[in-house]
Amino acid sequence: MGPYLLKRLLATIPVMLVVAVFIFLLLRLTPGDPAAMIGGDYATEAQIDEIRQTLGLNEPLLTQFVIWIGNILQGDLGESFFFKKQVSELIVARIEPTLSLSLVTIIFTVAIAVPIGVLAAYRHGSWIDRIVMGFSVLGFSVPVFVIGFGLIYVFSLQLSWFPVQGYNRIGNGVTPWIHNLILPALALSVIFVAFIARMTRTSVLEVLGEDYIRTARAKGQTETKVLMRHALRNAAVPIVTVIGFAFAILVGGVVVTESVFNIPGLGLLTVDAVLNRDFPTIQAVVLLFSLVYVMINLAIDLSYTLLDPRIRY
Amino acid sequence: MTDMSVLEIQNLTVRLPASADRDNAVTDIGFTVNPGEIVCVVGESGSGKSVTAQAVMGLLPRELTPTQGVTRLDGEDTLTASSQRLRDLRGTQMAMIFQEPMTALNPVARVGTQIAEVLEIHTKLTASERRARAIEIMDAVQLPDPDKMVDAYPHQLSGGQRQRIMIAMALVLDPSLLIADEPTTALDVTTQAQILKLIKEMQQRRGTGVLFITHDFGVVAEIADRVVVMQHGRIIEQGTRDQILGFPQQDYTKMLMASVPSMTPPERTPVGGPEALSVSHLDKTYGRRGFLSQSRIVQAAQDVSFVLRKGETLGIVGESGSGKSTVARCIARLIDPTKGSITLQGREIATLPETRLRPYRRAVQIVFQDPYRSLNPRRTVGQSLTEAPMNFGITRQDALTQARDLMSLVGLSPDALDRYPHQFSGGQRQRICIARALAVKPDVLIADEAVSALDVSVQAQVLELLDDIRERYNLAMLFITHDLRVAAQICDRLIVMKSGKIVEQGATAQVYAAPQDSYTRLLLDAAPGANVEFGQGSAVG
Repeated sequence: MGPYLLKRLLATIPVMLVVAVFIFLLLRLTPGDPAAMIGGDYATEAQIDEIRQTLGLNEPLLTQFVIWIGNILQGDLGESFFFKKQVSELIVARIEPTLSLSLVTIIFTVAIAVPIGVLAAYRHGSWIDRIVMGFSVLGFSVPVFVIGFGLIYVFSLQLSWFPVQGYNRIGNGVTPWIHNLILPALALSVIFVAFIARMTRTSVLEVLGEDYIRTARAKGQTETKVLMRHALRNAAVPIVTVIGFAFAILVGGVVVTESVFNIPGLGLLTVDAVLNRDFPTIQAVVLLFSLVYVMINLAIDLSYTLLDPRIRY
Repeated sequence: MTDMSVLEIQNLTVRLPASADRDNAVTDIGFTVNPGEIVCVVGESGSGKSVTAQAVMGLLPRELTPTQGVTRLDGEDTLTASSQRLRDLRGTQMAMIFQEPMTALNPVARVGTQIAEVLEIHTKLTASERRARAIEIMDAVQLPDPDKMVDAYPHQLSGGQRQRIMIAMALVLDPSLLIADEPTTALDVTTQAQILKLIKEMQQRRGTGVLFITHDFGVVAEIADRVVVMQHGRIIEQGTRDQILGFPQQDYTKMLMASVPSMTPPERTPVGGPEALSVSHLDKTYGRRGFLSQSRIVQAAQDVSFVLRKGETLGIVGESGSGKSTVARCIARLIDPTKGSITLQGREIATLPETRLRPYRRAVQIVFQDPYRSLNPRRTVGQSLTEAPMNFGITRQDALTQARDLMSLVGLSPDALDRYPHQFSGGQRQRICIARALAVKPDVLIADEAVSALDVSVQAQVLELLDDIRERYNLAMLFITHDLRVAAQICDRLIVMKSGKIVEQGATAQVYAAPQDSYTRLLLDAAPGANVEFGQGSAVG
């Protein structure tokens, strides 16, 4: 396990390096000059040149890259061109809403999808199964903004149970925090519920045909425990895999969802940074997202060893 | 008599779904199991023996419904019992062990926990008491070091050990009825002998009534008190072990016993044909050594050398893990040997790279164990039979003509070429697999446990077919089996393997009459019913 973990952690280095090179070049090879953006409409050529000088953008690309990587290795993500703040400060300030939304969404998803998936598998072919599968098709095909606006219309505008938009920091209390998150998290979770419920159903259905399920029944075990204790854990590896992927997709998808629900997280930060050609912020956020992806993948792989004693690294 | 029986089945009929090939899975059957008695239900696949057991346990699949009869367990009908009552009875008054110990245990739960689960369901014992009872019963079924093994996972145990865990789980609450559904079929002969002994011992000590389902007359001879013979869901005859084995009344019973190959090999003249294949000092090592990972090395085959002549059948016998299949796969180059040489048609093929090996692939063909899984279910038999010849440059038309001839050769209708594998029975599929192997006119035919999954009557026919083909084409046949009865009948010479090494080799008759190695003796003694001769239509004990 130890050596395996070390090997996997070392393997993230080249991945991150490739991402770094890619995002660095992408920003500099696409049109749009940050200095011109900062200078504004009335800046003279000389003034823009001066700004470029101070930002270090007139150095050769290789020099810029080496300086950037060097700073990152020392824990310095640089200063934002646009916000005029340390990028690390910006990220710290914006990470809470993003993580909150992703986590709450994933919790909702798992809490809904796994039980209905198990139930559908257990009563496969019955009307329960058909309803779950029908919902699953629906969940795939209805766009998230339709669900979002539908939920807002019913629960915020008609019933006034939840706020329409916005975010409340967890520091202000858990109740207002969750109150603001329920609708966006529900809207976001629909497609993942559809996906994971389907996955759970297939996976559990397969396991229910196994001999050890028959053994458990032959012992006189109740059906609930046969499902929860024997079937679900054996079916868990594919389910956990898709839950992990769903989480990664969620974190990466915040750019869109935070714009829709007006949540001041990393997604909105990214949008602002892109619109303003804020190179240091974009680079840092993209690197952070890719690090999260790699770590989630590692966590998924490690979770296999907890779920199945036959898997050892 | 009635109130003495542990299990009394009367007029039981279980209906099959409408799509099945007959109306009932079992029709109007009746027999009893008394305390301390082992009743063997014998029959081929589809005889309804497992359905009977499932009906008693209340574990019938949803599609099957009992339409009449009673199954009385200690006087209580389990067919009409509520599901709650059935759950209470399972594990306490009736328990079951299954064929496949590899899959019958939950792979992600510790074996001790799985035994303790029975106690958790049915008793009020505390967690530590349950654990203590689990260790106790593990000791009783003679598992080594139960204090440690109680925390092991199923994959850490051998097949025999897992079956002991299953037996421990079944017997921990002293049920009055134990149903054993082919409990030793998946085990090696030596393990099988131990498990049979254990079931008998436990049953005698505890006075348990045992309903023992098997297809193997060797096992029947070994442990049965009484025997029930079933075919197509009906009871053909029943009686005491000696009655049935000694004086069978029904033709079907006689035929079944006549199909059991004899343990005494016939005299054979040594085959002196030219060498078809020679293997020398073959090694196969599994294991990986890599950056930051520990090395774990398994020597699957070690220093294996033999010669196979044209027209000869050479048997490789051994238990699982003995390396017999590894050797076969190396020869067919399905896996690459680590060391040693394999000479085919005077050409060294052990180290030949894939591109230059291709022409030689034709020369070695394999028939595998499980005919249900070795044919592609989405391709017609015709497609399966013509694919290989077309790979070697024969036109489609010629390949089809040849496929029709092959079908008649293996005893199937040439018109069945556009059917799919699921439309054939197990025995027919194995014939198709043989035809497929013959389609490229091989020099060496490897039969890797090719008859092990078949019923005895079908087995006898397929063995005859293989022998016939070997003779007709002067084939060199490598026959891999764990079944010493089969090996006795078909092999000219025999290799006995253990832990990757050859421990003995010689003419079959000689190996059986005077085994040189102690392991060979052990194997021969362990074969169930080894001292019983079934071949004459009735058993001579």
